[in-house]
Amino acid sequence: MNHYVRRAAAVLLAATLIGAAACSAGEEAHPVVFAAASLTNPFADLAENAEVNVDYSFGGSNGLVDQLVGGAPADVFASANTATMDRAVEEGVTAGEPVRFATNLLVLVTPAGNPAGITGLDESLDGAKLVICAPEVPCGAATAALAETVGITLEPVSEESAVTDVLGKVTSGEADAGLVYATDAAGAGEDVETLEIPESSQHVNEYWIVAVKGGDADSASSFIELVTAAAGQELLADFGFGPA
Amino acid sequence: MPRWTWLPFALGLTFLVVPLAGMLARVPWAELPALLVSHEAVEALGLSLLTCVVATAVSLVLGVPLALAMSRMTGRTAVVVRTLVTIPMVLPPVVAGLALLSTLGRRGLVGQHLSAWGIEIGFTTVAVVCAQVFVAMPFLVIALEGALRADSGDYGTVAANLGASPTRVLWRVTLPMSMPALVSGAALTFARALGEFGATLTFAGSLAGTTRTLPLLVYLTREQDTDLALALALVLVLVALVVVAVSARFNRPVST
Repeated sequence: MNHYVRRAAAVLLAATLIGAAACSAGEEAHPVVFAAASLTNPFADLAENAEVNVDYSFGGSNGLVDQLVGGAPADVFASANTATMDRAVEEGVTAGEPVRFATNLLVLVTPAGNPAGITGLDESLDGAKLVICAPEVPCGAATAALAETVGITLEPVSEESAVTDVLGKVTSGEADAGLVYATDAAGAGEDVETLEIPESSQHVNEYWIVAVKGGDADSASSFIELVTAAAGQELLADFGFGPA
Repeated sequence: MPRWTWLPFALGLTFLVVPLAGMLARVPWAELPALLVSHEAVEALGLSLLTCVVATAVSLVLGVPLALAMSRMTGRTAVVVRTLVTIPMVLPPVVAGLALLSTLGRRGLVGQHLSAWGIEIGFTTVAVVCAQVFVAMPFLVIALEGALRADSGDYGTVAANLGASPTRVLWRVTLPMSMPALVSGAALTFARALGEFGATLTFAGSLAGTTRTLPLLVYLTREQDTDLALALALVLVLVALVVVAVSARFNRPVST
């Protein structure tokens, strides 16, 4: 028994040492990036492809601004919409001009096979279980604006706080249709069928990136360059983002 | 009690109380009345209270017999059943939601058959109550089972010997004797149902007046209107305080 305890202790010790070594090796300047949750996958790939170390903190754009205002140490901030970037600028946590680096469109998704026979933002939604984002959150505000342009009154069975919750209700088959971003639809792959909405191009969602005041300006600008360069833009397109 | 325990006592209490104090410090007291009578706040509070009352009632109807049966079990059966009953209590709420979704959802184990009959629970108030009962009923069952086990059963035996039927013994002797546990268990169930969030969000959705309970509204308004979110959070704290106070009152040992 004692033998095992000692061996376990040795393994633990070794792991701690390796961990400590890894940490100190990573202490070379690498950017700390606060980015909207919808950027999780492309940004992770971006760092991997460029073989650079990046410390990411992904979350809701608004919450990230709250953290920055609260003094969280970051070099770069990437927002999933214009309003939140405006707020960050107003709060004085940014350094330099924000750069628009991607766009995203709302699309209609249905579970694979489209069991309710949805054809678009039209009468086919009557009696169907539609899930959208609540108007209080950015994707919901975009949904409301889109519905107005199309001239349809949406009657959702649920208004979610996050676009991922909308997608979850559709992929699980619980809902017949949902309004999500093209990137969410692309991420869900074959679990959903995507119907494009022509009017959607009038309500493009813009992604902005900026250096954070008090952060490391060099690592910030090199990361922003990575995102806006051709390779970065191609990668974003692969994930369903539109061009800046 | 050794004197040094006062230090961890003070630290522990501080750790638990300071976050609440921090929240109270940020509540916009001046605008509080206006915020709390807003239509969406009243609607969400009404829905929360309604669903919690129903969920507590359902928990009593199903949970009391469950606790009774469990208190009579011995050995491995008792351990297995108690473990099964406790699981929903300790599950992360979002896991509880996924479990309900895979069972009662449209494509779920049971839900697909219900769906064939035209019964769909998802996105309805019934789904909210289901989520609440699932996570909250164990509190009642565990509290009551403990009390029933502690009861020697002597009074029940005497009543039975005097000719009372088993049902009469249950209503007139067993349950009145475990009334403190029953009340505090029900209060805990109500409180847990009131705070239910993850399972509701995952399984029931969020629509004003139908499925958007107070915790879901707090979560949503936090995105946009921190003041309203804090005001609503205060309401939840107050309701929780009342429930805990009621529970504590009934749970006091009978003084002679």
